[in-house]
Amino acid sequence: MKVLMFGWEFPPHISGGLGTACYGLIQGMNVHKQEVIFVVPKLWGDEEPVADFVNASGVTIDYRERRFKKLWKNLTYLEVNSYLVPYLGPQEFKKYTDYALHDRTDVAESIFSTNYQFSGKYGKNLMEEVSRYALVGAQIARDRSDFAIIHAHDWLAYPAGIAAKEISGKPLVVHVHATEYDRSGESVNFPVFEIERAGMHAADHVVAVSQLTKNICVRKYGIPPEKITVLHNAVLDASIIKSSFQKKVPEKIVTFLGRITYQKGPEYFVEAAKKVIERDPNVRFVMAGSGDLLNKMVDRVAELRMGTKFHFTGFLKGDDVDHMYAISDVYVMPSVSEPFGIAPLEAVRHNTPVIISKQSGVAEVLNNAIKIDFWDVDAMADAIFGLLHYQSIARMFTELGADELKKLKWEHVAAKLVTVYEKTLAQRA
Amino acid sequence: MRTLTFYFQVHQPFRLKPYRFFDIGEDHYYWNDYLNRNVIRKVAQKCYLPMNSLLLELIQRYEGRFKVAFSISGTFLDQMEAYAPDVLESFQRLVATGHVELLNETYSHSLAALKSKEEFASLVRKHQERIKTLFNGYSPSVFRNTELIYSDQIGAMVEGLGFKGILTEGAKHILGWKSPNYVYSNALKPNLKVLLKNFRLSDDIAFRFGDKTWGDFPLTTTKFVSWLNALPKEEPVVNLFMDYETFGEHQWAETGIFDFMRHLPETVFTQSNFTFATPSEVLATLPAVGSIHVPTPISWADEERDLTAWLGNDMQDEAFDRLYELEKKIRKVKDPELLRDWEYLQTSDHFYYICTKFFSDGSVHEYFSPYDTPYDAFINYMNVLSDFILRVDTHLKNSA
Repeated sequence: MKVLMFGWEFPPHISGGLGTACYGLIQGMNVHKQEVIFVVPKLWGDEEPVADFVNASGVTIDYRERRFKKLWKNLTYLEVNSYLVPYLGPQEFKKYTDYALHDRTDVAESIFSTNYQFSGKYGKNLMEEVSRYALVGAQIARDRSDFAIIHAHDWLAYPAGIAAKEISGKPLVVHVHATEYDRSGESVNFPVFEIERAGMHAADHVVAVSQLTKNICVRKYGIPPEKITVLHNAVLDASIIKSSFQKKVPEKIVTFLGRITYQKGPEYFVEAAKKVIERDPNVRFVMAGSGDLLNKMVDRVAELRMGTKFHFTGFLKGDDVDHMYAISDVYVMPSVSEPFGIAPLEAVRHNTPVIISKQSGVAEVLNNAIKIDFWDVDAMADAIFGLLHYQSIARMFTELGADELKKLKWEHVAAKLVTVYEKTLAQRA
Repeated sequence: MRTLTFYFQVHQPFRLKPYRFFDIGEDHYYWNDYLNRNVIRKVAQKCYLPMNSLLLELIQRYEGRFKVAFSISGTFLDQMEAYAPDVLESFQRLVATGHVELLNETYSHSLAALKSKEEFASLVRKHQERIKTLFNGYSPSVFRNTELIYSDQIGAMVEGLGFKGILTEGAKHILGWKSPNYVYSNALKPNLKVLLKNFRLSDDIAFRFGDKTWGDFPLTTTKFVSWLNALPKEEPVVNLFMDYETFGEHQWAETGIFDFMRHLPETVFTQSNFTFATPSEVLATLPAVGSIHVPTPISWADEERDLTAWLGNDMQDEAFDRLYELEKKIRKVKDPELLRDWEYLQTSDHFYYICTKFFSDGSVHEYFSPYDTPYDAFINYMNVLSDFILRVDTHLKNSA
């Protein structure tokens, strides 16, 4: 079976977990000899040749096609000129609106040009790129007929999936890696929510990365539960990493590593840290990453007077990420809403015991971890203290966690996905 | 006879290098040598060297009738020795004329006066020794505290160290109806005389000189001297206190600031009955007209003339308290490198960079900060401080 897949990013050019998940999934599909046409807004040329890649920036749109005009009309809900842009903090948003209000004159022309250069990032022209990407989806669906089913990853690619379905008449599967409710809590960005809703409703079947995410699709987006299948993510490499990187400080280290945004619950980590430090001065806390809540966290740490025991590293990349895991004695992921969350599994690979919030998809697959409610800072502090002082639990977690990892393989996920495709095609017939 | 007193503050901090979490426990060198050297070389070319040579020229031309005072911080003295021996030499030449007074301050331009009498006294002594060594046995008799920070308590402490006088800001809220153009005395120790900055006339030169939107732009020496003449005849002294970097750095050479200074003495001598005097000369000749009450500390910074540029937000207070918590342990430390870092970490600039008063005086703060935001400044300082604490503990454990 051949699948036409729409993604937004692909390794090595990734900014989040989406690209890695797509890569893993394709690897798994290859094990089962399934062919994948993988479309991305921008190809850099150094991607591993695991799929039949299509570079959206290289696709020429044929505007003589009448059906495209109709499609374009339906896409106007994307509000190309909208000032609502996701993934921007308040300061970046101000910069963007200033730019959009005063300097921007090029929108209408460039979007209708026959060739369009995508940035493939999450920048200020995101909405414009998403709608343009949909036209590319339509063009590919018109040019090629060698695929049986369409698969779109996350909201950025849903409009492309919908367009391809309309042009080709072939069934659509949308893959929900995250929803606007995870990213923004109750203060959702409405245009994004609308795209997500439209994508899930237009789809013949929905794949969610966790039961948690499935529940959100049902409750917030009104999708019937029987139309959703849960396929948990897996890990690319389950081997244990033995780092030679040595800790330089005598204290134990408790780490938060991720974007410092609402979704990741950094403030609960700070409050729990205070409770632990009051009992045990022999601990250092590290918040690694950056994000719109960083300054607020710095302020709070100063207010709680623990500045010499609570450290900020800024955004970490490359080896520094591995070093951070390697010197951590406990890893905490207090996410408020995490559709899956691959980071704790990376911690397990480094033999670091983990504490994860019950509000994360990874909690559904990782048994050897302490699970707490993200808001329960007392329980979080207890868990941190326990893992630091009662070596037996920590040892058990690292031993058994390693075994659990080995079961999380992308080929298993791909096998289930093929079944989903087959059922979807059968329903059609 | 009425006097005009120029006092210039010369200071550069030892700025910290970007110090990461991963460096804690491993890298024990904190200072950004490259940046510190570059700043001092740049300012040397634009300000220190040309202005020192201009002052020397004026002192020689008027055979001592023109004179000024400097307070040169210890961190600046150290950086001159390391990076700018030519600048140090030119200061030594100025002092050797006998018409330049040097004031005493805390060696590392620290805020210790607000926290610890013992640390304060130790830093004052260290500054005295440095001046004695570098300036041919010179011994200052007048004090100026970091950023002109002053209160009745600080004044009493300074008197206890044997000083005859101290300089501070003529802040409106402490003066009320009083004029800054008299000599006052400390409210607790009447023996200590207090000289107050005339902030209007000082800031006309230091802040407004090159400002084309200022109603009195351009400022000429005739205009400035006419303002001096317009002051009530019985007011005996006008104190013009400012950063030395005013000349050529804050006000670029293109504004004409050097020409203004070149011609000011001549205009003063020919168009007014003012003469130039140094702080100690003023203190020796003029009696105090009364005491000045300053129950809470004032400074020369920002519109508020208080301590909020350095202390007050949670990050500043946290950094400050964590640092001075170490004082007891430091008393037992003998290691010269640890003691040097302890002193350099006290420099007020580190706390100034963490200031979040963006909306009123933020532009001035931003200009002086090597960091993008006060949050970056805090994170970097705390990383360094965390390593420093570890070093102190290890040192004490090993020497016990």
